[in-house]
Amino acid sequence: MTSLAPGIEAAASPKLFVKTSHVVSKERSEKFAKWLFFAMAVSMIVPLIVILGYLLVRAAPSLSWEFLVEVPKKGMREGGIWPAFIGTLNLVGMSLAVAAPIGVFAAIYLHEYAKDNWFNRIINLAVINLAGVPSIVHALFGLGAFVYAARFGYSIISAALTLAIMTLPVIIASTREALASVPAAFRQACWNVGATRWQTIRAVVLPNSISGILTGVILQVSRAAGETAPIMFTGAVFFKAVQRGDWFPYGPTDQCMALSMHLYTVSTQVPNVKESIPYATAIVLLGSVLLVNASAIALRVWLRNRKKW
Amino acid sequence: MGADPLNLAADDPSAGIGRAGANGGSGSDGGMTQADGAGGVALSAIRGEVARAQAAKRPQRTRLAVFGERALETTIRLSGMSAIFFVLAIFFFIFREAAPILFSRDFDIVQFLFSPEWYPTSVSNVRYGTLALSIGTLSVTAVAIVLAVPFGLGAAIFVSEFCGPRLKETLKIVIELLAAIPSVVWGFIGLTVMSRLTTTLTDAPVGVNLLNGGVILALMSVPIIVSIGEDALKAVPDAYREAGLALGATRWQIVYRVLVPAARNGLLAAVLLGVGRAVGETMAVLMATGHAVQIPHSLLDSVRTLTANIAAELGEAAAGSDHYRVLFLTGTLLFLITFVVNLTADLVIRGVRRK
Repeated sequence: MTSLAPGIEAAASPKLFVKTSHVVSKERSEKFAKWLFFAMAVSMIVPLIVILGYLLVRAAPSLSWEFLVEVPKKGMREGGIWPAFIGTLNLVGMSLAVAAPIGVFAAIYLHEYAKDNWFNRIINLAVINLAGVPSIVHALFGLGAFVYAARFGYSIISAALTLAIMTLPVIIASTREALASVPAAFRQACWNVGATRWQTIRAVVLPNSISGILTGVILQVSRAAGETAPIMFTGAVFFKAVQRGDWFPYGPTDQCMALSMHLYTVSTQVPNVKESIPYATAIVLLGSVLLVNASAIALRVWLRNRKKW
Repeated sequence: MGADPLNLAADDPSAGIGRAGANGGSGSDGGMTQADGAGGVALSAIRGEVARAQAAKRPQRTRLAVFGERALETTIRLSGMSAIFFVLAIFFFIFREAAPILFSRDFDIVQFLFSPEWYPTSVSNVRYGTLALSIGTLSVTAVAIVLAVPFGLGAAIFVSEFCGPRLKETLKIVIELLAAIPSVVWGFIGLTVMSRLTTTLTDAPVGVNLLNGGVILALMSVPIIVSIGEDALKAVPDAYREAGLALGATRWQIVYRVLVPAARNGLLAAVLLGVGRAVGETMAVLMATGHAVQIPHSLLDSVRTLTANIAAELGEAAAGSDHYRVLFLTGTLLFLITFVVNLTADLVIRGVRRK
């Protein structure tokens, strides 16, 4: 070692690879930032999971199959949630029947037919706006348009139509995404063998995107099931007498109960409710919505893994 | 779309010559068999030859099939335009209910906008001042945004830049599920869990107040801010990151020197859409902020927002009464506010795409 020139000795010494103070501080700030952002992400999620767990614990005394199929008793202070559950199913089903075809067609138009011109930009803007209008404004619209102007009265039809218009952007957005995931080459190939635009859509685009479209429809269901404000003034009521376990208690022009509305009612409007009932109602509503959403996510993940292109 | 389809399977070979042209598919008239303008005449003659030759060998489509296709495409076009129709209809029907009061002689628009006195059911002196409600909305939104923006953008940066693919996938799913929690459930959480927390941690007399509502709204807005913010960061080309790494920058340096400036507009849009959700939220604030119509002086005062006010009072207001119409007028105001917020967010995002 001693025979070497000082410069070479220095180069060979491990000292040269010691981090400079600049690098050290750089790495320290990197580590700090990473942990800070991690903490930020986690701090939004963990408390919520704790809260949901807490709700579940509080709901436990009431949670049972009986709670679901039993009707409310003693002025909604005891009993179950059957009429609300069925009412939500009714509302969601009817709004889906209206929103799904319009939404899917609208998305097909926007993705397969529309060019990038001012008119279609206005349509896009309208879709964004429709998604951004506050739910209570949708309620006012439903009241003014369906209940009074169209003379549907306070009914499942009015409420379901309001919900349908409100949730339309959900279907449009996810259907567009599904259509966009079909490669353009598929369409071009189809056109080249002489198919018209619609034939291409029917034979190539839709079969390759149908599961993605289904995801959007599922998301619409979850959104519609959770909404309260739009149905509050258009067709949902505090209480309606229904037989226990009756699957078809409502006609389309009846008013109905709904899970979301029921949660609002039992937690704010009815005094002396049995402690666990509002919690259990919240858990049933939350559970159904999250279950529906999770199935949409599962479908999407499965699809992505299966995709061949 | 890319190239237009050649019209080889035309319904009628003589009429169907080369409709693939300027009109191919997105004209608003829906007329699909019209021959094109002069520009394509020569070309369409050739196409016509091909079409005729092919059509001779090919089974013709029935009139019914052609008609069905045309009917379907018209339906598709109409559905596409329905969004515009619905937005206009929303404005029309709300404004129609609100208009009589707006143009009536007793109504004072200055009082409506700038008076804090909201006494809609007073016997002696009815006053419809929404200032306290507007300030309620503003203050709850402000609290929510102050809490949600740093956390939301921080979480977006973490998800997009700092975590591995597996964790990223998991976090995105969790965030999506959080976004799906119905607002009435949020309200319920605010009413029960959060309000108890608020009274324990602070010396607030009631747990349902500005702070409580703000926290709940923040939790609700975070998923939106995260997902749109993450999209904005994802839209920054990887070359930017690679260039940063090549210069020896750490990820954090890349984030605040390169990515945040590059994704500025998208992040701003994320914040705006978060604001839009906070302003428009109804059930959660109805249940979580208490019910006092007052201008809040501290974080622990109860407030009422524009949206919650409509939800709380619409049931009591007789259809056609002044009170009812004023509530619709409030709705019109809300519609316009969210319209402006969404329009701005859209323009901001569009600015990103241009680049």
